[in-house]
Amino acid sequence: MPELILDGRPLRVPDGTSVAAALALGGDGCARTSVSGQRRAPLCGMGICQECRVNIDGRRRLACQTLCRDGMHVETRP
Amino acid sequence: MSPEQTDVLIIGAGPAGLAAALAAASSTARIVLLDDNPLAGGQIWRDGPQAELPEQARSLRERVLGHPNVRHCPGTRVIASAGPNTLLVEDAERGWQIRYDKLILCTGARELLLPFPGWTLPGVTGAGGLQALIKAGLPVRDQALVIAGSGPLLLASAATARHNGARIVRIAEQAARGAVAGFAAQLPRWPHKLLQSFSLFDRQYRTGTHVLAALGSDRLEGVRLSQQGNIVEVACDRLACGFGLIPNSQLGQALGCALEQQALAVDGWQATSVAGVYAAGECSGFGGSELALVEGAIAGHAAVGEHPAAQALWTRRARWQGFARALNRAFALNPALKALATADTLVCRCEDVAYAELSGHVGWREAKLASRCGMGACQGRVCGAAVQHLFGWQPSAPRPPFSPARIETLLCLEDISS
Ligand SMILES: Cc1cc2nc3c(=O)[nH]c(=O)nc-3n(C[C@H](O)[C@H](O)[C@H](O)COP(=O)(O)OP(=O)(O)OC[C@H]3O[C@@H](n4cnc5c(N)ncnc54)[C@H](O)[C@@H]3O)c2cc1C
Ligand code: FES
Repeated sequence: MPELILDGRPLRVPDGTSVAAALALGGDGCARTSVSGQRRAPLCGMGICQECRVNIDGRRRLACQTLCRDGMHVETRP
Repeated sequence: MSPEQTDVLIIGAGPAGLAAALAAASSTARIVLLDDNPLAGGQIWRDGPQAELPEQARSLRERVLGHPNVRHCPGTRVIASAGPNTLLVEDAERGWQIRYDKLILCTGARELLLPFPGWTLPGVTGAGGLQALIKAGLPVRDQALVIAGSGPLLLASAATARHNGARIVRIAEQAARGAVAGFAAQLPRWPHKLLQSFSLFDRQYRTGTHVLAALGSDRLEGVRLSQQGNIVEVACDRLACGFGLIPNSQLGQALGCALEQQALAVDGWQATSVAGVYAAGECSGFGGSELALVEGAIAGHAAVGEHPAAQALWTRRARWQGFARALNRAFALNPALKALATADTLVCRCEDVAYAELSGHVGWREAKLASRCGMGACQGRVCGAAVQHLFGWQPSAPRPPFSPARIETLLCLEDISS
Protein backbone atom coordinates (compact mmCIF):
# COMPACT_ATOMS: atom_id res chain seq x y z
CA MET A 1 0.00 0.00 0.00
CA PRO A 2 2.00 3.02 -1.22
CA GLU A 3 1.60 6.40 0.50
CA LEU A 4 1.83 9.47 -1.70
CA ILE A 5 1.55 13.20 -1.04
CA LEU A 6 -1.38 14.70 -2.95
CA ASP A 7 -1.41 18.52 -2.92
CA GLY A 8 0.51 18.44 0.35
CA ARG A 9 -1.67 15.82 2.08
CA PRO A 10 -0.61 12.21 2.68
CA LEU A 11 -2.79 9.52 1.05
CA ARG A 12 -2.47 5.75 1.25
CA VAL A 13 -3.87 3.78 -1.70
CA PRO A 14 -4.11 0.10 -2.70
CA ASP A 15 -1.22 -1.37 -4.74
CA GLY A 16 -1.62 -0.83 -8.48
CA THR A 17 -3.79 2.29 -8.11
CA SER A 18 -3.26 4.89 -10.84
CA VAL A 19 -2.60 8.50 -9.91
CA ALA A 20 -5.87 9.35 -11.74
CA ALA A 21 -7.79 7.14 -9.30
CA ALA A 22 -5.85 8.60 -6.37
CA LEU A 23 -7.05 12.10 -7.32
CA ALA A 24 -10.61 10.94 -6.58
CA LEU A 25 -9.64 8.85 -3.53
CA GLY A 26 -7.89 11.76 -1.84
CA GLY A 27 -9.31 14.93 -3.37
CA ASP A 28 -12.02 16.31 -5.64
CA GLY A 29 -10.85 14.16 -8.57
CA CYS A 30 -9.46 17.12 -10.55
CA ALA A 31 -6.04 17.07 -12.17
CA ARG A 32 -5.42 20.53 -13.58
CA THR A 33 -6.72 24.02 -14.28
CA SER A 34 -7.46 24.84 -17.94
CA VAL A 35 -6.19 27.92 -19.81
CA SER A 36 -9.49 29.71 -19.06
CA GLY A 37 -9.42 28.73 -15.38
CA GLN A 38 -11.75 25.71 -15.29
CA ARG A 39 -10.86 22.73 -13.12
CA ARG A 40 -10.62 19.55 -15.17
CA ALA A 41 -10.62 15.85 -14.35
CA PRO A 42 -9.43 12.77 -16.30
CA LEU A 43 -11.62 12.19 -19.36
CA CYS A 44 -10.38 9.33 -21.56
CA GLY A 45 -8.67 7.19 -18.92
CA MET A 46 -6.22 5.91 -21.51
CA GLY A 47 -3.48 8.40 -22.31
CA ILE A 48 -5.16 10.25 -25.18
CA CYS A 49 -6.84 13.44 -23.95
CA GLN A 50 -4.12 14.85 -21.62
CA GLU A 51 -6.79 16.26 -19.26
CA CYS A 52 -5.21 14.27 -16.41
CA ARG A 53 -1.78 15.83 -16.56
CA VAL A 54 -0.40 16.59 -13.12
CA ASN A 55 2.95 17.47 -11.67
CA ILE A 56 4.65 14.37 -10.22
CA ASP A 57 7.96 14.94 -8.45
CA GLY A 58 8.55 18.03 -10.59
CA ARG A 59 7.68 16.45 -13.93
CA ARG A 60 4.49 16.75 -15.93
CA ARG A 61 2.98 13.26 -16.23
CA LEU A 62 -0.31 11.66 -17.21
CA ALA A 63 -2.13 10.60 -14.05
CA CYS A 64 -4.07 7.85 -15.86
CA GLN A 65 -0.89 6.11 -17.05
CA THR A 66 1.15 6.47 -13.88
CA LEU A 67 0.94 4.09 -10.93
CA CYS A 68 1.13 5.47 -7.38
CA ARG A 69 4.47 4.92 -5.67
CA ASP A 70 5.57 5.40 -2.09
CA GLY A 71 6.72 8.96 -1.39
CA MET A 72 5.52 10.37 -4.74
CA HIS A 73 4.56 14.09 -4.67
CA VAL A 74 1.54 14.87 -6.84
CA GLU A 75 0.43 18.48 -7.45
CA THR A 76 -2.81 19.37 -9.26
CA ARG A 77 -2.46 23.15 -8.99
CA PRO A 78 0.02 25.28 -10.89
CA MET B 1 24.16 6.87 -27.68
CA SER B 2 23.76 4.26 -30.42
CA PRO B 3 20.23 3.00 -31.10
CA GLU B 4 18.88 -0.24 -29.67
CA GLN B 5 18.61 -2.82 -32.47
CA THR B 6 15.76 -5.28 -32.88
CA ASP B 7 14.34 -7.51 -35.59
CA VAL B 8 10.69 -6.76 -34.85
CA LEU B 9 9.38 -3.69 -33.04
CA ILE B 10 5.75 -3.88 -31.92
CA ILE B 11 3.93 -0.74 -30.79
CA GLY B 12 1.00 -1.54 -28.47
CA ALA B 13 0.63 -4.48 -26.05
CA GLY B 14 -3.12 -5.07 -26.34
CA PRO B 15 -4.53 -8.33 -27.75
CA ALA B 16 -3.12 -7.57 -31.23
CA GLY B 17 0.37 -6.69 -30.00
CA LEU B 18 0.57 -9.67 -27.62
CA ALA B 19 -0.58 -12.08 -30.35
CA ALA B 20 1.89 -10.54 -32.82
CA ALA B 21 4.75 -10.94 -30.34
CA LEU B 22 3.88 -14.57 -29.62
CA ALA B 23 3.63 -15.41 -33.33
CA ALA B 24 6.90 -13.68 -34.21
CA ALA B 25 8.66 -15.22 -31.20
CA SER B 26 8.18 -18.71 -32.65
CA SER B 27 11.11 -17.80 -34.94
CA THR B 28 14.49 -16.73 -33.61
CA ALA B 29 13.70 -13.04 -34.13
CA ARG B 30 14.42 -10.54 -31.35
CA ILE B 31 11.29 -8.62 -30.45
CA VAL B 32 10.69 -5.37 -28.62
CA LEU B 33 7.10 -4.86 -27.41
CA LEU B 34 6.43 -1.28 -26.39
CA ASP B 35 3.32 0.23 -24.80
CA ASP B 36 2.53 3.52 -23.09
CA ASN B 37 0.61 1.90 -20.21
CA PRO B 38 2.32 0.68 -17.05
CA LEU B 39 0.96 -2.86 -17.61
CA ALA B 40 0.46 -4.95 -20.77
CA GLY B 41 -3.08 -5.87 -21.93
CA GLY B 42 -4.38 -2.90 -23.92
CA GLN B 43 -7.96 -1.76 -23.47
CA ILE B 44 -10.02 -4.89 -22.97
CA TRP B 45 -7.40 -6.55 -20.76
CA ARG B 46 -6.44 -3.47 -18.79
CA ASP B 47 -5.18 -4.71 -15.44
CA GLY B 48 -5.47 -2.92 -12.09
CA PRO B 49 -6.68 -3.21 -8.51
CA GLN B 50 -10.35 -3.24 -9.61
CA ALA B 51 -9.93 -5.28 -12.83
CA GLU B 52 -10.73 -8.94 -13.40
CA LEU B 53 -8.72 -10.48 -16.21
CA PRO B 54 -9.93 -13.60 -18.04
CA GLU B 55 -7.67 -16.66 -17.94
CA GLN B 56 -6.94 -16.31 -21.68
CA ALA B 57 -5.48 -12.85 -21.09
CA ARG B 58 -3.33 -13.91 -18.16
CA SER B 59 -1.85 -16.90 -19.94
CA LEU B 60 -1.17 -15.01 -23.18
CA ARG B 61 0.47 -12.20 -21.23
CA GLU B 62 2.63 -14.64 -19.26
CA ARG B 63 3.74 -16.54 -22.35
CA VAL B 64 4.70 -13.35 -24.17
CA LEU B 65 6.36 -11.44 -21.35
CA GLY B 66 8.19 -14.56 -20.16
CA HIS B 67 9.54 -15.37 -23.63
CA PRO B 68 13.33 -15.03 -23.86
CA ASN B 69 13.14 -13.33 -27.30
CA VAL B 70 10.73 -10.64 -26.15
CA ARG B 71 11.73 -7.42 -24.39
CA HIS B 72 8.72 -5.56 -22.96
CA CYS B 73 8.99 -1.79 -22.53
CA PRO B 74 6.01 -0.63 -20.44
CA GLY B 75 5.22 3.03 -19.82
CA THR B 76 7.01 3.94 -23.06
CA ARG B 77 5.68 6.18 -25.81
CA VAL B 78 6.78 6.93 -29.35
CA ILE B 79 7.98 10.51 -29.72
CA ALA B 80 9.27 10.83 -33.27
CA SER B 81 10.62 9.11 -36.32
CA ALA B 82 14.42 9.34 -36.16
CA GLY B 83 15.45 8.30 -39.65
CA PRO B 84 14.91 5.14 -41.70
CA ASN B 85 13.52 2.24 -39.64
CA THR B 86 14.22 4.13 -36.41
CA LEU B 87 11.89 5.55 -33.76
CA LEU B 88 12.66 7.84 -30.86
CA VAL B 89 10.90 6.62 -27.70
CA GLU B 90 10.68 7.82 -24.09
CA ASP B 91 9.83 6.25 -20.72
CA ALA B 92 9.66 7.86 -17.29
CA GLU B 93 13.46 7.81 -16.96
CA ARG B 94 15.03 8.28 -20.38
CA GLY B 95 14.68 8.75 -24.12
CA TRP B 96 16.37 6.48 -26.68
CA GLN B 97 16.23 5.29 -30.27
CA ILE B 98 15.15 1.86 -31.47
CA ARG B 99 16.17 0.64 -34.93
CA TYR B 100 14.03 -2.17 -36.34
CA ASP B 101 13.93 -4.45 -39.32
CA LYS B 102 10.11 -4.85 -39.22
CA LEU B 103 7.58 -2.67 -37.44
CA ILE B 104 4.11 -3.86 -36.35
CA LEU B 105 1.66 -1.15 -35.34
CA CYS B 106 -0.90 -2.43 -32.82
CA THR B 107 -1.93 0.95 -31.47
CA GLY B 108 -5.61 0.07 -31.01
CA ALA B 109 -8.50 2.48 -30.94
CA ARG B 110 -9.71 5.36 -28.84
CA GLU B 111 -13.20 6.57 -28.08
CA LEU B 112 -14.93 9.13 -30.22
CA LEU B 113 -15.67 11.90 -27.71
CA LEU B 114 -18.08 14.50 -29.04
CA PRO B 115 -18.56 17.94 -27.48
CA PHE B 116 -21.90 18.81 -25.85
CA PRO B 117 -22.78 21.54 -23.35
CA GLY B 118 -21.20 20.77 -19.97
CA TRP B 119 -18.87 18.01 -21.18
CA THR B 120 -15.86 19.70 -19.58
CA LEU B 121 -17.36 19.42 -16.07
CA PRO B 122 -15.50 17.16 -13.63
CA GLY B 123 -17.61 14.00 -13.39
CA VAL B 124 -17.91 13.59 -17.17
CA THR B 125 -15.66 10.93 -18.74
CA GLY B 126 -15.61 8.68 -21.79
CA ALA B 127 -17.64 5.46 -21.53
CA GLY B 128 -14.69 3.13 -22.00
CA GLY B 129 -12.76 5.89 -20.24
CA LEU B 130 -14.73 5.39 -17.05
CA GLN B 131 -14.23 1.63 -17.30
CA ALA B 132 -10.47 2.14 -17.63
CA LEU B 133 -10.38 4.55 -14.68
CA ILE B 134 -12.39 2.15 -12.50
CA LYS B 135 -10.10 -0.78 -13.31
CA ALA B 136 -7.18 1.37 -12.17
CA GLY B 137 -8.84 2.04 -8.81
CA LEU B 138 -11.31 4.94 -9.27
CA PRO B 139 -13.97 4.63 -6.54
CA VAL B 140 -17.61 4.49 -7.79
CA ARG B 141 -19.32 2.64 -4.92
CA ASP B 142 -22.87 3.97 -4.30
CA GLN B 143 -22.49 6.62 -7.01
CA ALA B 144 -25.31 7.17 -9.53
CA LEU B 145 -24.05 6.77 -13.11
CA VAL B 146 -25.44 7.61 -16.52
CA ILE B 147 -23.64 5.83 -19.36
CA ALA B 148 -24.30 7.26 -22.82
CA GLY B 149 -23.13 7.21 -26.40
CA SER B 150 -23.06 4.18 -28.63
CA GLY B 151 -21.92 0.60 -29.05
CA PRO B 152 -21.39 -2.51 -26.93
CA LEU B 153 -18.75 -0.70 -24.89
CA LEU B 154 -21.58 1.06 -22.99
CA LEU B 155 -22.70 -2.33 -21.66
CA ALA B 156 -19.16 -3.44 -20.86
CA SER B 157 -18.53 -0.19 -18.99
CA ALA B 158 -21.82 -0.54 -17.08
CA ALA B 159 -20.91 -4.09 -16.07
CA THR B 160 -17.53 -2.99 -14.66
CA ALA B 161 -19.12 -0.04 -12.82
CA ARG B 162 -21.87 -2.15 -11.30
CA HIS B 163 -19.40 -4.83 -10.27
CA ASN B 164 -17.59 -2.12 -8.33
CA GLY B 165 -20.70 -0.94 -6.50
CA ALA B 166 -22.07 1.83 -8.73
CA ARG B 167 -25.77 2.38 -9.33
CA ILE B 168 -26.50 2.59 -13.07
CA VAL B 169 -29.47 4.93 -13.50
CA ARG B 170 -29.51 4.98 -17.32
CA ILE B 171 -27.68 3.53 -20.31
CA ALA B 172 -28.44 5.76 -23.30
CA GLU B 173 -27.71 4.17 -26.70
CA GLN B 174 -28.12 6.59 -29.60
CA ALA B 175 -28.82 3.85 -32.18
CA ALA B 176 -32.45 3.07 -32.93
CA ARG B 177 -34.10 0.04 -31.41
CA GLY B 178 -34.49 -1.71 -34.77
CA ALA B 179 -30.76 -1.48 -35.55
CA VAL B 180 -29.71 -2.80 -32.13
CA ALA B 181 -32.29 -5.60 -32.26
CA GLY B 182 -31.10 -6.56 -35.75
CA PHE B 183 -27.55 -6.77 -34.46
CA ALA B 184 -28.58 -8.84 -31.43
CA ALA B 185 -30.46 -11.23 -33.73
CA GLN B 186 -27.20 -11.88 -35.60
CA LEU B 187 -25.22 -12.69 -32.47
CA PRO B 188 -25.86 -16.47 -32.59
CA ARG B 189 -23.51 -16.53 -35.60
CA TRP B 190 -20.72 -15.67 -33.18
CA PRO B 191 -21.50 -17.90 -30.19
CA HIS B 192 -18.78 -16.62 -27.88
CA LYS B 193 -19.92 -13.03 -28.41
CA LEU B 194 -23.52 -14.03 -27.70
CA LEU B 195 -22.63 -15.05 -24.18
CA GLN B 196 -20.57 -11.93 -23.68
CA SER B 197 -23.39 -9.59 -24.75
CA PHE B 198 -26.19 -11.22 -22.87
CA SER B 199 -24.39 -11.29 -19.59
CA LEU B 200 -24.01 -7.55 -20.20
CA PHE B 201 -27.64 -6.70 -20.94
CA ASP B 202 -29.27 -4.29 -18.58
CA ARG B 203 -32.68 -3.06 -17.38
CA GLN B 204 -31.73 0.62 -17.66
CA TYR B 205 -30.80 0.27 -21.35
CA ARG B 206 -32.63 2.69 -23.69
CA THR B 207 -32.14 2.82 -27.45
CA GLY B 208 -32.85 5.97 -29.51
CA THR B 209 -31.56 8.01 -26.57
CA HIS B 210 -28.71 10.49 -26.50
CA VAL B 211 -27.20 13.10 -24.24
CA LEU B 212 -28.15 16.77 -24.75
CA ALA B 213 -26.21 18.38 -21.90
CA ALA B 214 -24.27 17.70 -18.73
CA LEU B 215 -25.73 19.83 -15.92
CA GLY B 216 -23.94 21.41 -12.96
CA SER B 217 -21.79 24.43 -12.12
CA ASP B 218 -18.45 23.26 -10.69
CA ARG B 219 -19.08 19.56 -11.02
CA LEU B 220 -21.60 17.27 -12.69
CA GLU B 221 -25.02 17.12 -10.99
CA GLY B 222 -27.22 15.63 -13.70
CA VAL B 223 -27.77 14.93 -17.36
CA ARG B 224 -30.37 16.10 -19.88
CA LEU B 225 -31.24 13.39 -22.39
CA SER B 226 -33.31 13.12 -25.52
CA GLN B 227 -34.99 9.79 -24.77
CA GLN B 228 -36.93 8.35 -27.69
CA GLY B 229 -38.08 11.88 -28.61
CA ASN B 230 -38.78 13.17 -25.07
CA ILE B 231 -36.51 15.41 -23.06
CA VAL B 232 -35.72 14.02 -19.61
CA GLU B 233 -33.37 15.07 -16.83
CA VAL B 234 -31.63 12.54 -14.62
CA ALA B 235 -29.63 13.37 -11.47
CA CYS B 236 -26.28 11.58 -11.30
CA ASP B 237 -22.74 11.71 -9.93
CA ARG B 238 -21.04 10.68 -13.14
CA LEU B 239 -21.73 10.70 -16.86
CA ALA B 240 -19.67 8.32 -18.99
CA CYS B 241 -20.16 9.18 -22.65
CA GLY B 242 -18.44 7.75 -25.74
CA PHE B 243 -19.68 7.45 -29.31
CA GLY B 244 -17.89 4.30 -30.43
CA LEU B 245 -14.26 3.73 -31.35
CA ILE B 246 -11.92 5.33 -33.85
CA PRO B 247 -8.61 3.79 -34.94
CA ASN B 248 -5.35 5.18 -33.54
CA SER B 249 -3.88 5.62 -36.99
CA GLN B 250 -1.77 8.74 -36.32
CA LEU B 251 1.60 7.03 -35.85
CA GLY B 252 1.11 5.00 -39.04
CA GLN B 253 -0.08 8.12 -40.85
CA ALA B 254 3.02 10.00 -39.73
CA LEU B 255 5.21 7.16 -41.08
CA GLY B 256 3.47 7.50 -44.45
CA CYS B 257 1.06 4.55 -44.27
CA ALA B 258 -2.06 4.91 -46.42
CA LEU B 259 -5.46 5.16 -44.76
CA GLU B 260 -8.75 3.56 -45.63
CA GLN B 261 -11.82 5.00 -43.90
CA GLN B 262 -9.72 6.53 -41.09
CA ALA B 263 -7.94 3.21 -40.38
CA LEU B 264 -4.52 2.01 -41.54
CA ALA B 265 -4.98 0.23 -44.86
CA VAL B 266 -3.55 -3.33 -44.88
CA ASP B 267 -3.32 -6.28 -47.28
CA GLY B 268 -3.88 -9.99 -46.54
CA TRP B 269 -0.56 -10.17 -44.61
CA GLN B 270 -1.58 -7.14 -42.51
CA ALA B 271 1.15 -5.20 -44.37
CA THR B 272 0.61 -1.45 -44.75
CA SER B 273 1.50 0.57 -47.85
CA VAL B 274 4.99 1.21 -46.37
CA ALA B 275 7.46 -1.67 -46.88
CA GLY B 276 8.31 -3.47 -43.63
CA VAL B 277 5.48 -1.85 -41.66
CA TYR B 278 2.49 -3.98 -40.59
CA ALA B 279 -0.68 -3.03 -38.75
CA ALA B 280 -3.05 -5.26 -36.76
CA GLY B 281 -5.97 -4.90 -34.39
CA GLU B 282 -8.14 -1.85 -34.08
CA CYS B 283 -5.69 0.63 -35.64
CA SER B 284 -6.52 -1.15 -38.91
CA GLY B 285 -10.29 -1.06 -38.29
CA PHE B 286 -12.63 -1.70 -35.40
CA GLY B 287 -13.54 -5.33 -34.78
CA GLY B 288 -13.19 -6.43 -31.15
CA SER B 289 -10.57 -8.50 -29.37
CA GLU B 290 -11.00 -11.77 -31.33
CA LEU B 291 -10.27 -10.01 -34.60
CA ALA B 292 -7.36 -8.16 -32.98
CA LEU B 293 -5.86 -11.47 -31.80
CA VAL B 294 -6.02 -13.18 -35.18
CA GLU B 295 -4.78 -10.12 -37.08
CA GLY B 296 -1.91 -9.76 -34.62
CA ALA B 297 -0.90 -13.39 -35.13
CA ILE B 298 -1.02 -12.99 -38.93
CA ALA B 299 1.15 -9.86 -38.77
CA GLY B 300 3.63 -11.53 -36.39
CA HIS B 301 4.06 -14.57 -38.61
CA ALA B 302 4.26 -12.49 -41.80
CA ALA B 303 6.84 -10.12 -40.31
CA VAL B 304 9.25 -13.01 -39.69
CA GLY B 305 8.59 -14.58 -43.10
CA GLU B 306 6.37 -17.46 -41.94
CA HIS B 307 3.74 -16.96 -44.61
CA PRO B 308 2.07 -20.40 -44.47
CA ALA B 309 1.42 -19.99 -40.74
CA ALA B 310 -0.06 -16.56 -41.41
CA GLN B 311 -2.24 -17.80 -44.26
CA ALA B 312 -3.63 -20.63 -42.12
CA LEU B 313 -5.37 -17.93 -40.06
CA TRP B 314 -7.17 -16.16 -42.91
CA THR B 315 -10.46 -18.04 -42.50
CA ARG B 316 -10.62 -17.20 -38.82
CA ARG B 317 -9.96 -13.57 -39.62
CA ALA B 318 -12.74 -13.48 -42.25
CA ARG B 319 -15.23 -14.77 -39.69
CA TRP B 320 -14.48 -12.00 -37.19
CA GLN B 321 -14.44 -9.38 -39.95
CA GLY B 322 -18.07 -10.34 -40.54
CA PHE B 323 -18.82 -9.61 -36.90
CA ALA B 324 -17.08 -6.23 -37.18
CA ARG B 325 -19.18 -5.26 -40.21
CA ALA B 326 -22.44 -6.14 -38.44
CA LEU B 327 -21.35 -4.11 -35.42
CA ASN B 328 -20.40 -1.04 -37.41
CA ARG B 329 -23.68 -1.06 -39.32
CA ALA B 330 -25.83 -1.40 -36.21
CA PHE B 331 -24.24 1.46 -34.29
CA ALA B 332 -23.90 4.04 -37.10
CA LEU B 333 -24.20 7.53 -35.62
CA ASN B 334 -27.42 9.56 -35.76
CA PRO B 335 -26.84 12.88 -37.64
CA ALA B 336 -28.62 14.70 -34.76
CA LEU B 337 -25.40 14.24 -32.76
CA LYS B 338 -23.72 16.85 -34.95
CA ALA B 339 -25.99 19.47 -33.41
CA LEU B 340 -25.17 18.86 -29.72
CA ALA B 341 -22.55 21.59 -29.32
CA THR B 342 -23.81 25.17 -28.95
CA ALA B 343 -21.85 28.34 -29.80
CA ASP B 344 -20.06 28.48 -26.44
CA THR B 345 -19.41 24.74 -26.03
CA LEU B 346 -15.64 24.14 -25.88
CA VAL B 347 -14.56 21.84 -28.70
CA CYS B 348 -10.82 21.93 -27.98
CA ARG B 349 -10.32 21.18 -24.29
CA CYS B 350 -6.57 21.80 -24.38
CA GLU B 351 -6.78 25.38 -25.67
CA ASP B 352 -10.40 26.09 -24.60
CA VAL B 353 -11.63 26.89 -28.10
CA ALA B 354 -15.42 27.22 -28.46
CA TYR B 355 -17.58 25.91 -31.29
CA ALA B 356 -18.34 29.47 -32.50
CA GLU B 357 -14.62 30.10 -33.12
CA LEU B 358 -14.50 27.15 -35.52
CA SER B 359 -17.76 27.06 -37.36
CA GLY B 360 -16.95 29.84 -39.87
CA HIS B 361 -13.83 28.16 -41.27
CA VAL B 362 -13.48 26.08 -44.42
CA GLY B 363 -11.01 23.46 -43.21
CA TRP B 364 -9.00 22.06 -40.31
CA ARG B 365 -5.73 23.82 -41.16
CA GLU B 366 -7.27 27.26 -41.39
CA ALA B 367 -9.35 26.74 -38.24
CA LYS B 368 -6.27 25.54 -36.35
CA LEU B 369 -4.14 28.53 -37.28
CA ALA B 370 -6.90 31.00 -36.44
CA SER B 371 -8.04 29.45 -33.16
CA ARG B 372 -5.25 27.14 -31.87
CA CYS B 373 -7.81 24.30 -31.87
CA GLY B 374 -5.86 21.04 -31.97
CA MET B 375 -2.53 22.67 -31.13
CA GLY B 376 -2.58 21.81 -27.43
CA ALA B 377 -1.25 18.85 -25.48
CA CYS B 378 -3.50 16.17 -26.99
CA GLN B 379 -2.40 17.28 -30.46
CA GLY B 380 -5.90 17.03 -31.85
CA ARG B 381 -6.51 13.41 -30.82
CA VAL B 382 -9.81 14.41 -29.19
CA CYS B 383 -10.87 17.59 -31.03
CA GLY B 384 -9.50 16.47 -34.43
CA ALA B 385 -11.81 13.47 -34.42
CA ALA B 386 -14.66 15.64 -33.16
CA VAL B 387 -14.29 18.27 -35.92
CA GLN B 388 -14.01 15.50 -38.48
CA HIS B 389 -17.40 14.30 -37.29
CA LEU B 390 -18.91 17.79 -36.93
CA PHE B 391 -17.56 19.53 -40.02
CA GLY B 392 -16.12 16.71 -42.15
CA TRP B 393 -12.57 18.15 -41.90
CA GLN B 394 -9.83 15.57 -42.43
CA PRO B 395 -7.13 15.93 -39.74
CA SER B 396 -3.60 16.22 -41.09
CA ALA B 397 -0.87 13.69 -40.25
CA PRO B 398 0.58 14.51 -36.82
CA ARG B 399 3.98 16.14 -36.57
CA PRO B 400 6.62 15.15 -34.06
CA PRO B 401 6.77 15.10 -31.14
CA PHE B 402 3.78 12.71 -31.34
CA SER B 403 3.23 13.18 -27.64
CA PRO B 404 4.62 15.81 -25.26
CA ALA B 405 8.27 14.91 -24.63
CA ARG B 406 11.11 16.07 -22.40
CA ILE B 407 13.83 18.25 -23.89
CA GLU B 408 16.51 15.64 -23.02
CA THR B 409 14.64 13.10 -25.15
CA LEU B 410 14.37 15.45 -28.11
CA LEU B 411 18.10 16.07 -27.86
CA CYS B 412 18.64 12.38 -28.74
CA LEU B 413 17.52 13.36 -32.25
CA GLU B 414 20.30 15.98 -32.46
CA ASP B 415 22.95 13.42 -31.43
CA ILE B 416 22.34 11.33 -34.49
CA SER B 417 21.82 14.04 -37.08
CA SER B 418 24.87 16.10 -36.07
C1 LIG C 1 -11.44 2.51 -23.39
C2 LIG C 1 -11.78 1.22 -24.10
C3 LIG C 1 -12.33 0.15 -23.38
C4 LIG C 1 -12.65 -1.05 -24.02
N1 LIG C 1 -13.21 -2.06 -23.29
C5 LIG C 1 -13.61 -3.20 -23.93
C6 LIG C 1 -14.26 -4.25 -23.24
O1 LIG C 1 -14.50 -4.16 -22.03
N2 LIG C 1 -14.66 -5.36 -23.92
C7 LIG C 1 -14.42 -5.48 -25.28
O2 LIG C 1 -14.79 -6.50 -25.88
N3 LIG C 1 -13.78 -4.51 -25.96
C8 LIG C 1 -13.39 -3.38 -25.33
N4 LIG C 1 -12.81 -2.37 -26.04
C9 LIG C 1 -12.55 -2.61 -27.46
C10 LIG C 1 -11.09 -3.04 -27.52
O3 LIG C 1 -10.37 -1.96 -28.03
C11 LIG C 1 -10.76 -4.28 -28.31
O4 LIG C 1 -11.61 -5.32 -28.02
C12 LIG C 1 -9.29 -4.74 -28.12
O5 LIG C 1 -8.74 -4.29 -26.90
C13 LIG C 1 -8.49 -4.24 -29.27
O6 LIG C 1 -7.18 -4.72 -29.18
P1 LIG C 1 -5.96 -3.99 -29.86
O7 LIG C 1 -4.78 -4.82 -29.51
O8 LIG C 1 -6.24 -3.72 -31.28
O9 LIG C 1 -5.86 -2.55 -29.20
P2 LIG C 1 -5.78 -2.03 -27.69
O10 LIG C 1 -6.28 -3.04 -26.75
O11 LIG C 1 -6.39 -0.69 -27.72
O12 LIG C 1 -4.21 -1.87 -27.43
C14 LIG C 1 -3.42 -0.85 -27.99
C15 LIG C 1 -2.32 -0.49 -27.02
O13 LIG C 1 -1.36 0.34 -27.66
C16 LIG C 1 -1.04 1.42 -26.84
N5 LIG C 1 -0.55 2.50 -27.71
C17 LIG C 1 -1.26 3.16 -28.67
N6 LIG C 1 -0.49 4.06 -29.29
C18 LIG C 1 0.73 3.99 -28.72
C19 LIG C 1 1.96 4.69 -28.93
N7 LIG C 1 2.08 5.65 -29.87
N8 LIG C 1 3.00 4.38 -28.13
C20 LIG C 1 2.89 3.40 -27.21
N9 LIG C 1 1.76 2.70 -26.97
C21 LIG C 1 0.69 2.99 -27.72
C22 LIG C 1 -2.32 1.71 -26.11
O14 LIG C 1 -2.15 2.45 -24.93
C23 LIG C 1 -2.83 0.31 -25.83
O15 LIG C 1 -2.31 -0.23 -24.65
C24 LIG C 1 -12.43 -1.18 -25.41
C25 LIG C 1 -11.88 -0.10 -26.13
C26 LIG C 1 -11.56 1.09 -25.51
C27 LIG C 1 -10.98 2.24 -26.32
S1 FES D 1 -7.37 10.78 -18.76
FE1 FES D 1 -7.02 11.24 -20.86
S2 FES D 1 -4.85 11.20 -20.92
FE2 FES D 1 -5.25 10.59 -18.91
